[in-house]
Amino acid sequence: MNGAGADIGQAVAQHGAAVDPFVFSFTVFVLAVFVGYHVVWNVTPALHTPLMSVTNAISSIIIVGALLASGPQELNLATLLGLLAVGLVSVNIFGGFMVTQRMLAMFRKRK
Amino acid sequence: MLSANLVALCYLGASVLLILALKGLSSPESARRGNLYGVAGMALAVVVTLQLEVVQNYVWIAVAMAVGGLIGGVAARKVPMTHMPQTVAFMHSLVGLAAVLIAVSAFYNPIAYGIADASGGLRLASRIELFLGTFIGAITFTASLIAFGKLQGLLSGRPLVFTGQHWLNLALGLVMIGSGVVFCITQGWVPFLLMLAIALVLGVLLIVPIGGADMPVIVSMLNSYSGWAAAGIGFTLGNNMLIIAGALVGSSGAILSYIMCRAMNRSLLNVLLGGFGGETAAAGGPVRTDRPVKAGSAEDAAFLLKNARRVIIVPGYGLAVARAQHALKELVDRLVGLGVDVKFAIHPVAGRMPGHMNVLLAEADVPYDIVHEMDEINAEFADTDVAVVIGANDVTNPAARNDPSSPIYGMPVLDVAKAQHIIFIKRSLSPGYAGLDNELFYMDKTMMLFDDAKKACEAILQSLD
Repeated sequence: MNGAGADIGQAVAQHGAAVDPFVFSFTVFVLAVFVGYHVVWNVTPALHTPLMSVTNAISSIIIVGALLASGPQELNLATLLGLLAVGLVSVNIFGGFMVTQRMLAMFRKRK
Repeated sequence: MLSANLVALCYLGASVLLILALKGLSSPESARRGNLYGVAGMALAVVVTLQLEVVQNYVWIAVAMAVGGLIGGVAARKVPMTHMPQTVAFMHSLVGLAAVLIAVSAFYNPIAYGIADASGGLRLASRIELFLGTFIGAITFTASLIAFGKLQGLLSGRPLVFTGQHWLNLALGLVMIGSGVVFCITQGWVPFLLMLAIALVLGVLLIVPIGGADMPVIVSMLNSYSGWAAAGIGFTLGNNMLIIAGALVGSSGAILSYIMCRAMNRSLLNVLLGGFGGETAAAGGPVRTDRPVKAGSAEDAAFLLKNARRVIIVPGYGLAVARAQHALKELVDRLVGLGVDVKFAIHPVAGRMPGHMNVLLAEADVPYDIVHEMDEINAEFADTDVAVVIGANDVTNPAARNDPSSPIYGMPVLDVAKAQHIIFIKRSLSPGYAGLDNELFYMDKTMMLFDDAKKACEAILQSLD
């Protein structure tokens, strides 16, 4: 799961410079903040409420972590917490995208 | 089973789809398609994760997703648009709680996440990331619950202030960070749980001093926190998609908080320190109700509107409280039919969250191309025959421009005062949220129509017949 970060970290390390996977993740993070900054300033103020509901759904991407937590077959504290988290963010994913769609469907031009 | 590289590439594809979802929101046309990109990105991320070898617990996962999805789906269909702010606040709390649960689970069983070191414990970097993700998630969870309670009316909207409040918060914050540092060194459960407990308490304490009127800023800020919490989990798992999605949401919420603060001419720190709407209302002094105002009837208003060429309507949250959107829409349709040019002017803090008034008008079938933002339309008031203010007050107050002693001095306001005639539809002369009198009430060109917003719109419509 450390996937791309670790791989590239190792690749760089082979060329003599040891880069911690954290630094690689941090690079991605900073660039993503810039992308977010520019994309969000372009959002029309009329759609700021749908923006909040859809970002709510998007932050529920942590379902990936919840699925990993609930993955192992035996039920213990870790998997139970994971399953609970899966349920909670599922509320957000379905609710968030659906309520956004419902709002966006209301925005109509003059006939 | 996809190879690790293919999984990473699929996550990259999902990240791009999530960015496109936000990009679509630059116009209502592209937004509907953008939302579908978002759904596709999320579905891709979930499916790719489910096929990983470590994920085996399919039945229970399906049950959890079905139950959660059903609740979310029903809520999304039923929730009234006036309740969007508390709905969003509640959803933020779910993200916060889920982040905490995932972090606890990762600490309990790091091997499942592939973040264990040789001895089965956590690497130092992972411990630091886990600490950050846990406390941001915990603060988001309880702070959002309090914000939800205040917006839903379960808790009083009045700010709760006591002496030493900020010192208490500071002390708790330092103890929390201290416990986090101890956790990072020792990997002990005790400092971890202590850190978690303090973060949960801090979330409550940070929001209680903030008044109901400042909730739009707080909801935006919690939106931002929920994103940072997701990014924190992304760092813990070394998953770039979570980091990207979290950073997008985090910066989005931060920008919205900034826009809201600018619209109220307050600094974020000033909002966070709280107390606004409590003492300030008293400092504003009693409203001088002894001054003469010109009150009119629905017939008078109808006459003014019928003979106008250009009309701008300034709606405030009072419009939604009176459930007058649909009656207003009928009135607007009639005026347009009579050849009057009607537009809406929206102040950024007109509703209870960013963009709230636009959604409420869209729900009432008001076409979005006659609804304008403050900066777009402010220059047009001078060329407007009648400005109609419904359920709004502070956002039209000229004192914000003219009176340096006013608590709202410097706040950008709608230039209603420049219109030829002003009609104020209001139940009484009661002040707005900031507790201030409004010079507009006493101007010669102003007509006060004292009535419930819905009844007033219906009465004006009848008089037009």
